[in-house]
Amino acid sequence: MILDAKHAMLQKLFREFAQTEFTKELQDRLDQTGEFDWDIHKKMAKYGFMGLRIPKEYGGSGMDYLAYALMIEELARVDAVLSIYANTSNSLGGGPLLLAGSEEQKKKYLPPVASGEKIVVFCLTEPGAGSDAGGTTTTAVQDGDDFILNGRKTFVSGAPMADWAIIFAKTDPTARGSRGISMFILDMKLPGVTLGAPEKKMGINGYPTCDIVMENVRVPGDCLVGQLNKGFSIAMRTLDGGRLGMAAQAVGIAQSCLDEAVKYAKERKQFGRPISDFQGVSFMLADMEAEIQAARQLVYHAAELKDHNMDATRACSAAKLIAAETANRCAYKAVQIHGGYGYIKEYKVERLYRDARICSIYEGTSQIQQVVIAADLLKNA
Amino acid sequence: MKIFVTVKQVPDTSGKVAVKPDGTLDRASMATITNPDDMNAVEAALKIKDETGCRVIAVSMGPMTAESMLRELMAMGVDEGLLISGREFGGSDTYATSQIIAAGIDHYGLEPDDIIFSGRQAIDGDTAQVGPQIAEKLHIPQVSYAGEVTKAGNKLTVKRMLEDGYMTVEVETPCLITCIKELNEPRYMSVSGIDGCFDKPLIIYDYNELKDHPLIDPTTIGLKGSPTNIYKSFTPPQKGAGRMLTGSAKETAKELASVLSEKHLI
Repeated sequence: MILDAKHAMLQKLFREFAQTEFTKELQDRLDQTGEFDWDIHKKMAKYGFMGLRIPKEYGGSGMDYLAYALMIEELARVDAVLSIYANTSNSLGGGPLLLAGSEEQKKKYLPPVASGEKIVVFCLTEPGAGSDAGGTTTTAVQDGDDFILNGRKTFVSGAPMADWAIIFAKTDPTARGSRGISMFILDMKLPGVTLGAPEKKMGINGYPTCDIVMENVRVPGDCLVGQLNKGFSIAMRTLDGGRLGMAAQAVGIAQSCLDEAVKYAKERKQFGRPISDFQGVSFMLADMEAEIQAARQLVYHAAELKDHNMDATRACSAAKLIAAETANRCAYKAVQIHGGYGYIKEYKVERLYRDARICSIYEGTSQIQQVVIAADLLKNA
Repeated sequence: MKIFVTVKQVPDTSGKVAVKPDGTLDRASMATITNPDDMNAVEAALKIKDETGCRVIAVSMGPMTAESMLRELMAMGVDEGLLISGREFGGSDTYATSQIIAAGIDHYGLEPDDIIFSGRQAIDGDTAQVGPQIAEKLHIPQVSYAGEVTKAGNKLTVKRMLEDGYMTVEVETPCLITCIKELNEPRYMSVSGIDGCFDKPLIIYDYNELKDHPLIDPTTIGLKGSPTNIYKSFTPPQKGAGRMLTGSAKETAKELASVLSEKHLI
């Protein structure tokens, strides 16, 4: 795809911002402490990153999915975790409200999320319900106008900083599987909401992840988002868009692996010449380049389908599957090209190797993408 | 009140430098950026816009491809682009260029409370002449090397940064200020700025538009009308790496003396 002038300019903005603002000092600090950095969050919000996909009437810029994919890719190319900073509000956090929220809910929750003042997170996974999200055991029982929520959501990215959380809970205990699930927006300050300890993660450190525990939390009825018992399909549609973002992130990580590998292969001398002179190395670089090109085009194509309101489920899953696996292969090769130095924390590829590993796990494992692609393929065959 | 900012698209010196046989830069084959000092001038203008809500117009002379630069400046917050472009203007040196840009600004309309911000100098020619010459041709005061600018009413207080100190100057509008990089930190484009920049006005002045202006004299514009002639253009040979002497002052002085003596320099 050849970008038009507007998207090329957006790409330039994201690239310049990331290259200038995501300093090595910041990247190292995030990786080492695992703590959220409010300063960079606010700066990204100031330039409109948090509200990129949120429509103008709710305080965002209303840009398309292609712009979103370009943003996540370019930010991830410099630092994977910082691409998540700009992702949540445009994807899993803001997405459900955009898809199913009432006008009042959109007006209440989206503007402060677009401006970066508030953070909204997405809670679907439970200790016993991961890929099988229909196995949700969190419950919401109607009591007068309110709902009483009980349960535990796990691996919630951004939970410690969250002001609000999108919660999926079973509202019809008689319905089986993914039926009878409703979506709520939960004020994190409500009595009965507690946080688990921050998880110690392999990578993407700097965007804390923990459990959210709800014990008899009384949630007002106007916090039900969308129709009662119809929440699961919204979750799945939200994840469609989320997959696109995570595919873009994987492309960014893969590109970063290649950037580092090329730089090192030209500098590093063995047997009296740069190691890039050896085909064993240069062919690895060529494979990385070819695979990244392919993954990138899949991502842009899926974005374009979504921008034209066409069915993008299969395309988003295909992009996520290929991009995530590409990121993992590129990370492996980049470390391999660095040899022993690639195993040392001083070199960026060591972190890239850890960051890349999540790509084929979150927002649907590679195997779940295969399930989605196969189901769509066979349904239409 | 409005602010003009003069901007130039210059070769990206982090890329390859190409030179034409006549010794001038082969700009068409090189990647371009907005001249860095001009970005400080844009930021200075946008800061005043943030405070006062005034209009900011970016003015450039160059080929039509300079539109992309002007659009990027609009994405930062500039309200309007003014591109002076025509074959007749091509090859102009600083004398001719400043004459043409001054004519363009005057043709657009320079009012008593207006300000012109320019970058100190462009990284391609490094002359630092265009800004001051524009001021001279428009008969307005100029303050160069601005490291701080504050505005109160129609008065600007400018801290001029000099090699061995600074000078604080007060000047009334209309005036021209040339900006240095210490003045500020230019902002980025913004997402919403990019969304709107293609709908902002871009005015093109060609030769016909400006030919009747008193400053436009066919004998003093373009390559032929430029008093500067390039005799020769070359890349200076690179100097070898220096050598650092470490140790106590006495030891290093002794070592330095012996090195100089070996080379028969002392």
